[in-house]
Amino acid sequence: MAITTMIGAKIHRREDPRLITGHGRFVDDMTRPGMVHMAVVRSPFAHAKILSIDPSVAKKAPGVVGVYTYADFKDHIAGPATIPAAPTFVPEKKQTPDHFPIAHDEAVYQGEPIAVVLAAERYQAADAAQLVQVEYDQLPAVIDIEKAMEPGSPKAHSGAPDNIGWDLTYSPETADTFKEAEVRVKERILQQRLFPIPIEGRGLVAEYDEYDKRLTLWTSSQVPHFIRLFVGSACGLAENQVRVIAGPDVGGGFGSKLRPYPEEYLASIASKLSRRPVKWIEGRSENLVATTHGRGQIFDIEVGANKDGTLVALSLTQYIDVGAYQGVFGAFQAVACLLSGGAYKWKHIAARTVGVLTNKVSTDPYRGAGRPEATHLVERAIDLVAREIGMDAAEIRRKNFATEFPFTNNFGLIYDSGDYEKSLDKALSLAGYRDLRREQEALRKQGRYLGIGLSTWIEICGLGPSAATAPAAGVALVESASVRVHPTGSVTVHVGTHSHGQGHDTTFAQIVADTMGVPYDQIDIRHGDTAEGPAFGFGTYGSRSLAVGGIAIRRSAVKVIDKARKLAAHILEAAEEDVVFDQGTFHIKGSPDKKKALGEIAFASYGAGLPEGMEHGLDAVTYFDPPNFVWPFGAHVCVVEVDAETGSVDIRKYVAVDDCGNVINPMIVDGQIHGGVVQGLAQALFEEVVYDDESGQLRTGTLTDYLIPTANEIPEFILDKTVTPSPTNELGVKGIGEAGTIAASAAVINAIVDALAPFGIKHVDMPASPDRIWKQIQASRGMSHDGKEARK
Amino acid sequence: MKHKVATTINGRRHEDEVEPRLLLVHYIRDVAGLTGTHIGCDTSQCGACTILVDGKAVKSCTMFAVQAEGKSLTTIEGMAKDGELHPLQQAFWDEHGLQCGYCTPGMIMAAAYLLAENPSPTDDEIRKGLEGNLCRCTGYVNIIKSVRSAAKTMGGSAARAGEKSAAGRS
Repeated sequence: MAITTMIGAKIHRREDPRLITGHGRFVDDMTRPGMVHMAVVRSPFAHAKILSIDPSVAKKAPGVVGVYTYADFKDHIAGPATIPAAPTFVPEKKQTPDHFPIAHDEAVYQGEPIAVVLAAERYQAADAAQLVQVEYDQLPAVIDIEKAMEPGSPKAHSGAPDNIGWDLTYSPETADTFKEAEVRVKERILQQRLFPIPIEGRGLVAEYDEYDKRLTLWTSSQVPHFIRLFVGSACGLAENQVRVIAGPDVGGGFGSKLRPYPEEYLASIASKLSRRPVKWIEGRSENLVATTHGRGQIFDIEVGANKDGTLVALSLTQYIDVGAYQGVFGAFQAVACLLSGGAYKWKHIAARTVGVLTNKVSTDPYRGAGRPEATHLVERAIDLVAREIGMDAAEIRRKNFATEFPFTNNFGLIYDSGDYEKSLDKALSLAGYRDLRREQEALRKQGRYLGIGLSTWIEICGLGPSAATAPAAGVALVESASVRVHPTGSVTVHVGTHSHGQGHDTTFAQIVADTMGVPYDQIDIRHGDTAEGPAFGFGTYGSRSLAVGGIAIRRSAVKVIDKARKLAAHILEAAEEDVVFDQGTFHIKGSPDKKKALGEIAFASYGAGLPEGMEHGLDAVTYFDPPNFVWPFGAHVCVVEVDAETGSVDIRKYVAVDDCGNVINPMIVDGQIHGGVVQGLAQALFEEVVYDDESGQLRTGTLTDYLIPTANEIPEFILDKTVTPSPTNELGVKGIGEAGTIAASAAVINAIVDALAPFGIKHVDMPASPDRIWKQIQASRGMSHDGKEARK
Repeated sequence: MKHKVATTINGRRHEDEVEPRLLLVHYIRDVAGLTGTHIGCDTSQCGACTILVDGKAVKSCTMFAVQAEGKSLTTIEGMAKDGELHPLQQAFWDEHGLQCGYCTPGMIMAAAYLLAENPSPTDDEIRKGLEGNLCRCTGYVNIIKSVRSAAKTMGGSAARAGEKSAAGRS
């Protein structure tokens, strides 16, 4: 089907008109008759015994409809292990603390739900929540993950044997690991905890219909079908009694909305108990304590190489701050171990992951989830080697790139296609690499510190083939789509993915328009409502929507055309093999005048006179199970100047050359890269979740204390691409949603470390804030291998 | 005790009785029913609730509804006229200045004020003018482009748009 008028074109997004005029349909925009507002009373302590809860005063407050605690929920929500923890690369965990949606006798993180209050008005609910009297006995909080691993540490959960959530060695270090390495370098690399912060926090409206015994749940989520499955079944409802609608519009997710949350269970049962629709909208301060965080890891690495720059071995241990409960997909972050080799060939990689329980909200996937960490450590590792042996950062990469595809990495993962040198060359040329090196040298003589950082990243995405995801993730991450042609020719497409900023309505319609030759504006893309479309959809995360969901759409569209061709042959009185499909019209080979439009065939398919044995209608469903993951890659170059007197970093240039295979809509792809890079850059320079080590109180509890970049903090971008189609699917596409974030932190930090080379500084942790850099410069003055310059 | 508040929102008169503590943003959303104005934080950092009050950009979570007495308010719903998009709306659409769209209404309102004050801003002035509004999707690149493009359409020369010093962390 060689029709390509839409694929590859910059098509304006069809979701935009409602969003730019104030007609979006976010959860908080909705009211239901009789609706009440829910406020959640949360633990103010990181760790405390709950001695008593007295709701009596709150119950008498104006507008209050109900106050519910564990005692009210325990008989309505299956427990105690209600909220699941998926295997995700760590199938055997040492401890998975039972996670009931509301605390019973012990609160294990600041922000854990203790009680909920329902009231007629939003402010009344918030007022009454203050009146719920809870008596606590504070317990020692487990905050620092290294202290948490010590034998004498307090425990995050009273009575637990220790704080080890998992300890898994994927491949051990042996006597052979570093045997052939001529140089060895060790480093500790921190991955600070981050807030995902979609600008729309979480929120929901739960409406339980007592008569029909049906629950409708509008929730700001990336995974409506999973919410239906988990929340419904825990609340004693079958899937056909539960309708989950994600949004309809969802204001960003970044991974923080891809799991069931306590409030979804609590509001559903609160609606049942109160017989009222219940709305809960998360405030931002609430979001920061109660929505999952990302990263929160320490890597101890050692890298070995030969003096000619050939990489030999990598050994790493990853310590993950799990939080008080296992994140639903938290262990997915261990994928950092399996991708730690990056774009390079290694003889040996030894990797171990340790999950540590602490008294904090769980970590779970945040844009990139494990892959930014992998890129960061391997791109730092390779620069450490380059520094050690005095080799150029670009040359050492070139020397070690995987070049033959498919490429099987040290853990058996198969990179489907790539051309890493090509993207590096393009990025270096766009950045003007040689000139920059000359400029760097000249500026250093003036006491100015220019740095050039490279990140030749790869990623695994398009989650994922069932053969890999079923054992690794505990769920076979296929994707579904149905395509229906209505009698008069318009088309409705139901997809199992969910769009919350990615522009699927546009991209997917481009695929359908091209495949079926149907005008773009006659195609409706529907997502996010479990009452519509195929039985199950797997949602949007892991840069999977196009590479998995898009293929399901494509295949359903092809199935529809195949059926329509049979019917066209019957109507045109020709043999099926003589019928040509071109731009939405069937004609007989050699007689372009004898033709029928797809719309005419659709009409006929619902009428009389079908060929013998043909069923009525024109629609198709596909569940696509990809044969492999897809493997995007690229090369980013960041150029910074560091002010040695203040430690401040000025990003002078940011070049991103990315390869996500064939591109459906270049405008959307560029937008994903911009946003992704800025999130990576934010981690590198600005953002850090800080808890007080003693009390466990969140010290970055508002956006006043946590710097997310504004328009004033971002650099100019130079974007370009190479196109290496994926052999994994017929559209040749890969994912792009996380690429920027996966690539960027390493490019920025490598640039800063490069700038600070004259001070003998070999590593800088994130966020590379002015005070951190200034302190490192101070500490290194006089200790540099280039003492003259350092003492200047 | 409820207080009377009378305002004009998008050219239409509104009169309601409200609690004195009711935030203007909740008044606009929950009482006037105009849900295009969004809420993204609780400390006046994000700017999703930005509207125009007598022509000036205001984060509507920083005012009580009763303080809007007698004032003329413009929200995102008042930007398109007679079915024609405002040039800023058109520019955000053309330049892919939004992804999830949640920050967009506030961003457009802040940009409207910016262009009213400075019809042909440099990129640096656009960046500074929008620093009270957070976006987590776009990395701001296309937002800046959108505002630059709207400035051009609206008659500002935008001739200085190309000027842009290195990004600072001011």
